[in-house]
Amino acid sequence: MQFFLEVLIGGLLSGVMYSFVALGFVLIYKASGVFNFAQGAMVFAAALTFVGFQELGAPFWLALLLAFAVMVVLGVLTERIVLRPLVNQPPITLFMATIGLTYVIEGLAQGTWGATVRGLELGIQDEPVQWLMEATDIGVSKFDLFGAGIAALLVTLLALFFQYTRVGRALRAVADDHQAALSIGIPLQTIWRIVWAVAGFVALVAGLIWGARNGVSFSLTFTALKALPVLILGGFTSIPGAIVGGLIIGSTEKLAEVYLGQYVGGGIDSWFPYVMALAFLLIRPEGLFGEKHIDRV
Amino acid sequence: MFYREAGQFKTSYAADQQIFPITQDRVGVLLILAFAFLAVPVLFNEYWLKAILIPFLIFSLAALGLNILTGYAGQLSLGSAAFMAVGAFASYNFMLRIDGMPILLAFALGGLSAALVGIAFGLPSLRIKGFYLAVATLAAQFFIVWALTKFGWFSNYSSSGVISAQEMEILGYKFVTPEAKYLLVLAIVVLLALAAKNMVRSSVGRAWMAVRDMDVAAEVIGIRIMHTKLLAFAVSSFYCGVAGALYAYAYIGTVEPEGFNLDLSFKILFMIIIGGVGSIVGAFLGAAFIVLLPIALDVMVQEWLSGILSPSISSNLQLIVFGGLIIFFLIVEPHGLARLWQIGKEKLRLWPFPH
Repeated sequence: MQFFLEVLIGGLLSGVMYSFVALGFVLIYKASGVFNFAQGAMVFAAALTFVGFQELGAPFWLALLLAFAVMVVLGVLTERIVLRPLVNQPPITLFMATIGLTYVIEGLAQGTWGATVRGLELGIQDEPVQWLMEATDIGVSKFDLFGAGIAALLVTLLALFFQYTRVGRALRAVADDHQAALSIGIPLQTIWRIVWAVAGFVALVAGLIWGARNGVSFSLTFTALKALPVLILGGFTSIPGAIVGGLIIGSTEKLAEVYLGQYVGGGIDSWFPYVMALAFLLIRPEGLFGEKHIDRV
Repeated sequence: MFYREAGQFKTSYAADQQIFPITQDRVGVLLILAFAFLAVPVLFNEYWLKAILIPFLIFSLAALGLNILTGYAGQLSLGSAAFMAVGAFASYNFMLRIDGMPILLAFALGGLSAALVGIAFGLPSLRIKGFYLAVATLAAQFFIVWALTKFGWFSNYSSSGVISAQEMEILGYKFVTPEAKYLLVLAIVVLLALAAKNMVRSSVGRAWMAVRDMDVAAEVIGIRIMHTKLLAFAVSSFYCGVAGALYAYAYIGTVEPEGFNLDLSFKILFMIIIGGVGSIVGAFLGAAFIVLLPIALDVMVQEWLSGILSPSISSNLQLIVFGGLIIFFLIVEPHGLARLWQIGKEKLRLWPFPH
């Protein structure tokens, strides 16, 4: 039982990490209907930029600020160069454009900062929490708890931002109906720029957490693939969905690896989340919190 | 002036329904085929055949398959490479485990195995649409590659799932030289392309397009959705499976499951997007573009920049240029090279006169 709980908690906490990446997808999809495959590359680029500035001697906060600035510039440029000329194209074209963007971002980031694997230090140790270990005998990593805390903070911030600011209201209006939003004078392009900047910020946070965990290397781009099942499970348009989906995927993935993996030879975490999300979709095709879609002829 | 249909009257239904109704098109296609079958093996050297033309034809076939599914039936798939893997490994096993298996039959059976797997992974498409389905097809991608690596039986218990394709032999003739392999691949691709062209302009193809444009409306006018969608998955996977078998047998020779990874799936998707979604000729144009682009970039970088840039920077530069060109193409011509081809033909009808 203790072992089960330990695996479960570990899974839940690693699910939070998936949610980070899924969150960036959701933000952009909600506001512009673009399935942004480049989110993984953005996570990588953000982490690499942060580490790069740190190596140049910038203190933590300055590196953070500079990396954020780079992500904002990247978002604005993407809107201007890629998205604006592709307005009104079918979603698949936009999706392909973001795959092209993935290559560009990966090339730019590696070209600028080099491709060596780097460590990233946030000052939090990846060790079990002592008192919990003593009290219940369950090992829970401090670092994972820290990550979960950041996630909670981030989601709260985003929720407040969406709920109570002018820009947030405009964002929600755009997400609801592009044309209606345009007709009441919301500048669509400004909104998209903001959304890409916010997604860049989320990517930065995700990059820091993931980078501190696994090191900053090219494999960070694959976090996007981890986030996709979370995304379809939670629904493309729902922020709570991204969080809950991440928790479900993270915990079941770990449990499956531990309890089922041994029967089929292990390594099932590459596809198990997808199959699970798939099975789930068969019951609820629009995801956990996705908007119900009504087809009209 | 030379390319116009004036004076060519259709006097029978057969004439009205032929694939190339204009004489010039017919002559043109025959010329291209004659060139491809007779002149190319003589004119081009081994490097061209092995490194460019054979992969071009194989990827054209895979792109054709994906185009049937995505372009005609409207089901976005990110798992085409996995279906290629199924085709390759199934053909390998049929050749390995059945004595005297004819190679062409093995290819066909490989394609059929891929079709069966395709149907299985196509089942969710009955409930799920759009990007949800695209992500769901990733399940096929990861699961198949994992299964082929994990279960040694598929690769005859070789280490890390690597298979070495057996020799291709038809009626006692061994296909060893690049020329022979090229001709074999070309013949298969031409036949399957012809079949695809006929399929998409028959009732099957019209049903696919109706489902693509709006599946609810298609259902209302009496098209069986399940049947149509699953058929699209089956046919598409068959094409990908045969392409995968050819990839293993005529191109690479030694393949591992990891070779059929997500990058390859994306590559095939790029081909149909850049070539033109919902167009047979587009699959060929797109494949040519995607096969040639990295080679051209490589050559250019080595010609001009080899002394100036370090290899790591130039490989990143290639990545940037590749991604940038894809975005550029999507912006300039979102309907793909096939549309450019069409516009060119329209222009040619009037040329050299203004009207």
